[in-house]
Amino acid sequence: MTQDDRREGSRGPDPAVEDATPAAPAETGPDVPHAPPSEPRPTTSVTRRVLEDITSSSWLITVGAVVLAMVVGSVLILMGDTEVQATLGYLFQRPSDFFRESWRAISEAYLALFQGAVYDSQAPTPERRIRPLTESLTIATPLILAGLGLGLTFRAGLFNIGGQSQIVLGAIVGSYLGFALELPVGVHVLVVLLGCALGGAVAGAIPGFLKARFGAHEVITTIMLNNTSRFFLLWVLGTAAFASATPQVSPLLESTARLPLLMGPGFRLHLGFVLALAAAFLVWWLMERSVLGFRLRAVGANQEAARTAGMSVERSTVVSLALSGLLCGLAGAMLVAGTEWKLTSSVAGTIGFDAITVALLGRNRPVGTVLAGLLFGALAAGGRIMASRAGAEAELVTVLQAVIVLLIAAPPLVRAVFRLPDPAVIRRRREEVAA
Amino acid sequence: MKLELRGITKTFGSFVANDAIDLVVEPGEIHAILGENGAGKSTLMNVLYGLYEPDGGEIVIDGEPVAFSGPGDAMAAGIGMVHQHFMLVPVFTVAENIVLGQERVRGAGLLDLEAARRLVRETAESLGFSIDPDARIEDLSVGEQQRVEIVKALSRQAEVLILDEPTAVLTPQETDELIQIMGRLKASGTSIIFITHKLREVRAIADAITIIRLGKVVGSADPTATETELASLMVGRSVNLGVDKAPATPGEPALTVQNLVVHDANGVEVVKDVSLEVARGEIVALAGVQGNGQTELTEAILGTGPTSAGRIELDGRDISRLGVRERLDAGMGFVPEDRTTSGIVADFSITENLVLDLVGEAPYSSFGALNVRYLRENAEDRVKEFDVRTTSIERPVGTLSGGNQQKVVLAREMSRPLSLLVASQPTRGLDVGSIEFVHKRIVAERDNGAGVLIVSTELDEVLALADRIAVMCNGRLVGVVDGGEDRDVLGLMMAGVPAEEARKEAARHHTVLGEADLEADPESSVEPVPQPITDDQVEENR
Repeated sequence: MTQDDRREGSRGPDPAVEDATPAAPAETGPDVPHAPPSEPRPTTSVTRRVLEDITSSSWLITVGAVVLAMVVGSVLILMGDTEVQATLGYLFQRPSDFFRESWRAISEAYLALFQGAVYDSQAPTPERRIRPLTESLTIATPLILAGLGLGLTFRAGLFNIGGQSQIVLGAIVGSYLGFALELPVGVHVLVVLLGCALGGAVAGAIPGFLKARFGAHEVITTIMLNNTSRFFLLWVLGTAAFASATPQVSPLLESTARLPLLMGPGFRLHLGFVLALAAAFLVWWLMERSVLGFRLRAVGANQEAARTAGMSVERSTVVSLALSGLLCGLAGAMLVAGTEWKLTSSVAGTIGFDAITVALLGRNRPVGTVLAGLLFGALAAGGRIMASRAGAEAELVTVLQAVIVLLIAAPPLVRAVFRLPDPAVIRRRREEVAA
Repeated sequence: MKLELRGITKTFGSFVANDAIDLVVEPGEIHAILGENGAGKSTLMNVLYGLYEPDGGEIVIDGEPVAFSGPGDAMAAGIGMVHQHFMLVPVFTVAENIVLGQERVRGAGLLDLEAARRLVRETAESLGFSIDPDARIEDLSVGEQQRVEIVKALSRQAEVLILDEPTAVLTPQETDELIQIMGRLKASGTSIIFITHKLREVRAIADAITIIRLGKVVGSADPTATETELASLMVGRSVNLGVDKAPATPGEPALTVQNLVVHDANGVEVVKDVSLEVARGEIVALAGVQGNGQTELTEAILGTGPTSAGRIELDGRDISRLGVRERLDAGMGFVPEDRTTSGIVADFSITENLVLDLVGEAPYSSFGALNVRYLRENAEDRVKEFDVRTTSIERPVGTLSGGNQQKVVLAREMSRPLSLLVASQPTRGLDVGSIEFVHKRIVAERDNGAGVLIVSTELDEVLALADRIAVMCNGRLVGVVDGGEDRDVLGLMMAGVPAEEARKEAARHHTVLGEADLEADPESSVEPVPQPITDDQVEENR
């Protein structure tokens, strides 16, 4: 194997390059040779496959899931309605009673849900008639922001469950800046927003760093961080810096630190909703039009190929989790500076978890996330009215949300119910047709 | 047993995989079915083996039409199949695998393994090889596992044996042994259906050849037909099997690997003290049976895999400590071995895949923003230049055929000036037409002054492209020989025999395929460097 071994092959004359148009028949599965089984190849992780499965489902699946959830909800409404139950006693004598009562119960409940979420036709003043819609938008605002953040990490191939911790940390930092500082109008809100974003970004970067540096799985670390942040919040509220007249509640944020209301003091809707829409656009631009987003998506879709193309998977992990934290931190700002004006132990509710559903329901795309956030906001707002007017339990809304989650997580089931085609089959067909 | 397929049709949706295929296999005949990837060979065999139900046509055995509702029926009718991926339980012994599914018991539910052992020994003996019935499958080589599969099929009284691409995983010497076994089977009256896309093998052993293209039988040929004739039938137009290339003009060293050692995740040494040089303007082919350290070597060169010791230089500059990004920027192009896991992002569009490793640079992006219009122009140009067959540049690459996917990878890697192109299995799974194109582009890259390192397990490819051939076995570089080295010598080197010894041994005993080579090209017995098939020679052959 020395230079001496190298000899120029005696080659014939180089004839004119002939027409290089190859025939291109399809290479369908069974004929393509594979590496022998003895050679292990890195396979995509389970997490990745699950994420892919969920996000590759069609819009029809999403709509189907919502419809199916409402059907399940109807059954629950019937089971909770005493008058419907009464008709069951003589179901076989007069079944029409049962059906009439059922229809009444279901339509009343869903009408109340609509009235509570969008337009209340029973309200006396025009102002109060449209208030439900503004409530829905207000509740949707933090869900959209957190959903955008989580969706971003999902597309980067990370199952980020840590929205809650990122919201909480953002809210802690932002609220402190909001009540402890005295700054001019405008500047103060900006400082609060930046503080929230930064706090959230740090909370996101921690699991990112742990994964990139030590390979700690993000599902574990983010869940643990959720608990950590919960107790950290309780501790913080007990410190002197956050002490106020009420125990476990921080002082009120300065009025300069609050997000301006959009429709006057009669409504809770604040500037944050516009910010959320702007954030959706920015996230779209980042993912679809920037080099950074291209890399995040590439790493999310095929880590091996991204690595082979010289991208740093580690960097992508940290950056995407930090960005998610930034957006979730802003969601925290919507709470402390938008609606609550103070930090409490339950300030974040379950938004960090609901946002996971919002992101998945929106298929991790900004537009979808906005729509899903609006739906969830509407469900939450409408649920309260439904409980008071139609007598249906407010928890019904939680059940609806839960059923939606289950159904999007199980696309094959929804496909079977609505007889939708399997995306894998469609893909194969497309290949065959293309051939 | 005489087997007839009459008008077999099988469709998947609107795609016709088999279109009215007629086939007659006489008793004791080796019948080769030749076709490109995706031509419908495997579908046809799966129909015959009862795995698919045909949409039309019938299977006739000894004049009687039969219908199979599963492989069990096919086996009962005397049809056996050796799949490309073996259907053996790795932790079971040979005898246990043989009785699996037809367990004979004795007394209180005890397996009669002694009978199975005897059966294994006798069958193997009759075919001229020996196999230990108590060896565990996972301890056997791929070639031995294949023989177990053959024994398994015969133990179920198979009179027609289907071999699906049986040589894809074998070394040339193992292939030779398989060919001998096939000969003995034939002598004992077993018919063999031999699925392949390798012309050389077909000519060496088949009695009859049926050629399938796009799901249809396009003709039958005599084993005396030339490879070019067979290839032309297979592809549907005249093809040039040789690669036309001028002699290499090696320049400065592009890649220098010195004493490279790589350990895998389990701490096993998989690349052992390898030193190799690739000069600009030459193609060095790294030959070897799959899994002998080639993958790890290329990963070390790119920087995606770890190295334990050694030094890698690109254009005389030490790149051992650099990251992948820096190595690519230094002028390395890399075509990964497995394009679906490492070469492309299946969900990304063609446009996006074409810039996967270029996206951070001008003019593809500026100030962190993608230059969408330029990306589109780039994609239009590349798709045209590399003849990627697609309806739109926005289509996800995953929906393209393998050949077109590979063209996307090559187009990307060749869209900037390179010092070194490393291409692993550049034509794996591609059809003849695409192979021809890919080879041409690789030679063009060499002629542009890049050093080219090809890793291939296909000897045909190695011989067609290489200016020099480096052979790897078991993590070690067995030797570096000339581009025109004898096929048998390379085969022995792939099994670890040093070049000199291999030459002596090859001179004593030629493999069947090696013989076929010599017959087809008598000059090569005198001059070890085979002439590429030029248009003139094609004319002569006709």
